[in-house]
Amino acid sequence: MKDRETPIVKPNEKPAPEPPGHLTRRQFLAVSAAGAVSVFLAGCTKAGREAFFQSRFKELTGKDIDKVIARLEKEYSEKYGRAVSVSAAPAAEGVLFGYGLDLSRCIGCRRCVYACVEENNLSRDPQIQWIRVLRMNKERGVDIMESDAYYNPAQVPEPEAFYMPTACQQCRNPPCVKVCPTKATWQEPDGIVVIDYDWCIGCRCCMAACPYGARHFNWGPPTVPKDHLNAHMHYLGNRLRPRGVVEKCTFCIQRVREANGHYPACVEACPVGARKFGNLLDEQSEIRYILREKRVFIFKEDLNTQPKFYYFYAT
Amino acid sequence: MTGKAGVRAARLFLPAAALAAWNFLAPSFAAEENARPPAPPTAPPPAEDTQAGEYPVPPPPFSKGIFPCTECHNKDLPVNKTRRKLEAAHDEIQLHHDEQHRWCLDCHDADNRDMLRSASGELIKFAESYKLCGQCHGDKYRDWKVGVHGKRSGEWNGRKTYLLCVNCHDPHSPKYKSITPMPPPVRPENIR
Repeated sequence: MKDRETPIVKPNEKPAPEPPGHLTRRQFLAVSAAGAVSVFLAGCTKAGREAFFQSRFKELTGKDIDKVIARLEKEYSEKYGRAVSVSAAPAAEGVLFGYGLDLSRCIGCRRCVYACVEENNLSRDPQIQWIRVLRMNKERGVDIMESDAYYNPAQVPEPEAFYMPTACQQCRNPPCVKVCPTKATWQEPDGIVVIDYDWCIGCRCCMAACPYGARHFNWGPPTVPKDHLNAHMHYLGNRLRPRGVVEKCTFCIQRVREANGHYPACVEACPVGARKFGNLLDEQSEIRYILREKRVFIFKEDLNTQPKFYYFYAT
Repeated sequence: MTGKAGVRAARLFLPAAALAAWNFLAPSFAAEENARPPAPPTAPPPAEDTQAGEYPVPPPPFSKGIFPCTECHNKDLPVNKTRRKLEAAHDEIQLHHDEQHRWCLDCHDADNRDMLRSASGELIKFAESYKLCGQCHGDKYRDWKVGVHGKRSGEWNGRKTYLLCVNCHDPHSPKYKSITPMPPPVRPENIR
């Protein structure tokens, strides 16, 4: 075996001849490990073996992607007893997504939060919500330490408060991507920071790195009621996640990457039209109009994360 | 201005006022709409839908049975152009919209009851009431046209639907009404 051909020996020293028929410690370990792996794989289904050997999504091409997609569609369809489509649509040329949120309009009703839960197949129990709406005091301004995400008045808006919804800020310089030890998360050409759930090892380094609390961990097996499943999925977005992986907002990648890209679910759900979305590379888009005409700020600017999520005041 | 109106004119004014309410998001300017494919009202309708207006908007949110106004405001109901408190009809309308300075006939046309009128006397369809609102609220109108004030739905790179001003703002009392919030998140200590 390999060791025998290139033993680790000091220069000019002849390797001691091994007694015939004896395994070295290294050989023993290698053989045992190989045996254990083959036993493990023999116990897997074919789909399980494919999943185990699956390359990173970014490295997959053509047929391999189709295979992976077919495997996932089959798995999800069987689990939920209905047809599920999983897209792998790539980023379009000349598109860089940007988001605007009008703080002078938001009334803190949380319609966006629940639209997001429905659209993105977020776990109901244990509860995961990608959008968090912070209630702030008008007199204090944007003060995160004093903010409250658990407000629950009978009616909103409350006279003394304003509301600041937060979610992934889709940084151009994302700290979460830098720290991922398996490169399971990255920024797509259209600016969306995505996660390959099949490569996430659940170390949660990204959660520690994110200054916005935008990443969420599946502590338990996520539960999505059958009749609330959104069967229109994207590999990098709202497909079903296993326990033990991190997930986050993807600007509704399954919607916005369609040929006729729909607005993200939160934009569609907002009753006051506080949420704006568009292509930062298109001068005619509403997001560019906002950057041109309105007073804009980005969240925690001093951290140099360079978000593509812009808070603004329309009035 | 036509002659004197009877008490009945009051009835005419009120419906008109209701109509004015929906001056929100009609589609009437082309130049500012982005160069992308024009956005017909609903998702994927055929091309002829485009003629609905410059801005694809839903129909005005009339109260039931209120439109057309000429159902009641016809020849038999003389027009009274005197500013007054309405009692014979439409008394449910509480005007909280610069009420010190205005009343029904400032926005509702006295002679063509099914139309609104601008300050200059130009007639405006209820389906394009945003033009009426835009006379005073020019900054909002500008933002609305490009999809920044108010809500647009549909495709970020294609067809979009606007809302009329009056879909969100009662024209007689335009302040946005408060609503019940959805439940707060579960606190971490209560997540099992």
